[in-house]
Amino acid sequence: MPPPTTLTLPGLETVYDTLADTVDQAPAALRELMLVKLVLLLAHDLGDAGRFAELARTALQDL
Amino acid sequence: MHQPSAEPRHSIYYRYRVFDAAPPPARPTTVPALVVGAGPIGLVTALGLAQQGVRCVVLEAERQVSEGSRAIVFTRRSMEILQQAGASEAIVQMALPWRHGNSYYRGQRVFRMEAPHSDDERFAPMNNLQQQYVEQFLIDAVAAQPLITLRWGHQVTAVLRNDEVGAELAIDTPHSAYTQAAQWVVAADGARSTLRQLCGMKLEGAAHQGPEADEIRRPSPERGESSGQATLTHEGRFVIADIRVDLPLPTERLAFFDPPWNPGNTVLMHREPHGIWRIDYQLPPGESPEQALAPASMKARIDAQLAMIGHAGAAWELDWSSVYSARALTLPDYVHQRIAFVGDAAHLLPIFGVRGANTGLQDAQNLAWKLGATLQGRAGPGLMASYTAERVAAAREIIDEAGKSTRFMTPPTHGFHLLRDAVLSLSLTQDFVRPLYHWRTSRPHEYHHSALNAAGDDDAHFSGGPANGAPLPNIRLGDVGHATGQAPGHLLDHLCGAAAGSFSLLLFGDALPAELRAVVDAWRARGLLLQVLLIAPDTAAPGNASPASVAVLIVDADQRIARRLAMPQGGGAYLLRPDQHVCGRWLSLAAPALDAALRRALALALA
Repeated sequence: MPPPTTLTLPGLETVYDTLADTVDQAPAALRELMLVKLVLLLAHDLGDAGRFAELARTALQDL
Repeated sequence: MHQPSAEPRHSIYYRYRVFDAAPPPARPTTVPALVVGAGPIGLVTALGLAQQGVRCVVLEAERQVSEGSRAIVFTRRSMEILQQAGASEAIVQMALPWRHGNSYYRGQRVFRMEAPHSDDERFAPMNNLQQQYVEQFLIDAVAAQPLITLRWGHQVTAVLRNDEVGAELAIDTPHSAYTQAAQWVVAADGARSTLRQLCGMKLEGAAHQGPEADEIRRPSPERGESSGQATLTHEGRFVIADIRVDLPLPTERLAFFDPPWNPGNTVLMHREPHGIWRIDYQLPPGESPEQALAPASMKARIDAQLAMIGHAGAAWELDWSSVYSARALTLPDYVHQRIAFVGDAAHLLPIFGVRGANTGLQDAQNLAWKLGATLQGRAGPGLMASYTAERVAAAREIIDEAGKSTRFMTPPTHGFHLLRDAVLSLSLTQDFVRPLYHWRTSRPHEYHHSALNAAGDDDAHFSGGPANGAPLPNIRLGDVGHATGQAPGHLLDHLCGAAAGSFSLLLFGDALPAELRAVVDAWRARGLLLQVLLIAPDTAAPGNASPASVAVLIVDADQRIARRLAMPQGGGAYLLRPDQHVCGRWLSLAAPALDAALRRALALALA
């Protein structure tokens, strides 16, 4: 399996802004829900449940 | 003194008949089989035992059939089991067949499911009929069976003895109390099983289920529960309401998620015969059953649901209502000395996927032939152990699978709520999440690892067809499919009627070889119910088949059966247990293999 392509720095900066804007655009009470929807959409794109689990563990670190 | 109600239960469509309380037996006896509980599961077990030639007494605490429609959806497999029990014709005449389910969110249908169906099937994937009628038709079948005695108004009050040679129960009746001894007891006394409580047996649950009230001993530390607290969580509680209302809608399951009138909760609707609709609606947290069943509350909610689906103001009348909790629990072992547990007495399963009665009926079919063979002295002790092994495994599989449905329908934690709601929202536009609505219907179990399956047969070499442990699929027989006059239309018909309760050998070819015939005759001489179905390739007259040995000749003119069972040539065979599950299959069957397979299927040591 080819290594996943990762974001370039410009791409990361774009994602950074997009994500912040998206969070701000969602009604306050529905932000968590919106983010979960976004995660599911991204997981579907990623197409790898095992890799998803690894990323979930990373996200739980250092909270 | 036990005094069951003598008043017919109230119903706007079902006429309850109150039976006389049976007098206690004139003198103490020991019955071979004592079935406690005359619900559908107890009655099917008794009918199965009678088919094995076993005399049984059925005890029922009440004097009439169950209150309310309760189990209303019977799967195809359940209909096949009911056919074997002798009650399916009456049920089919009244039941509503269907195969489609729909899920709605924000007024949009986001998922539609079509259960598979084909010409080969006799019964539709789902069949709706109120439980009172199913019980009534089974009671009719029991009344026609001289080996079964049904005692109305007899309540078990104590287990006086339960050991390796038999059991004895204390029974109370409106006349007087008595004790009844039995070689075996079948506990078919439902979700609040008296026998299960008297034996001190505890149900076990799975990790993600919300703990329920009386019988859970598993406190959940994550929820801050310590042992000693009786916990009753809000999730998974529904009001079930049967109303008579005229709705011009097809017979299809309807599921509504997060409707405006019941935010965050789920509502289900199913059509029943006689103008009745079942509405299930999930309760908000903190609401008690008493509050939920208050007439004003129910009226407001039912009116709101009808308005939401475009039938505001439709006149309706309530027949029955109850509060239900979604559960997923099983006994770890269904045989406790000489008491065998079956149905809801053995397990409590989620309503999602119509698992309750449909699982119980499979239990009954599995237990009846094994207990019958055991009582007739034809089986090894491993046969009753196989009942537990096979059916507990089935229950655990259901708990696992239905857990997914439960986590979606009634999310137990904040995390699962979020995921469910995210899927609801995405499903309006995104196809990839829609399969998560699938409601995972009850299906027959395949006992692939059963100790009763033949060893050293050709199971692994088949390219298709039902493997060992799987139930025989139904196959439509051709119009010219029978050399004998009477014409059943489907293959499973041959495993019913006079042949119900038999082992069946499906032999492919136009003759029964003498060496196989000798094995068949020897087993029959020892009292085993064993029939041979000769699946012949054409209309040529059979060779050495003798009418005395060959129960039925089935002409497979267009090779439909051979193809469906992946039989490449003549000489092969399928051996079926009395519950219609395959326990051996061969591309070419020799006499010693047949003999060994029968011994193994009865848990007898090899000769």
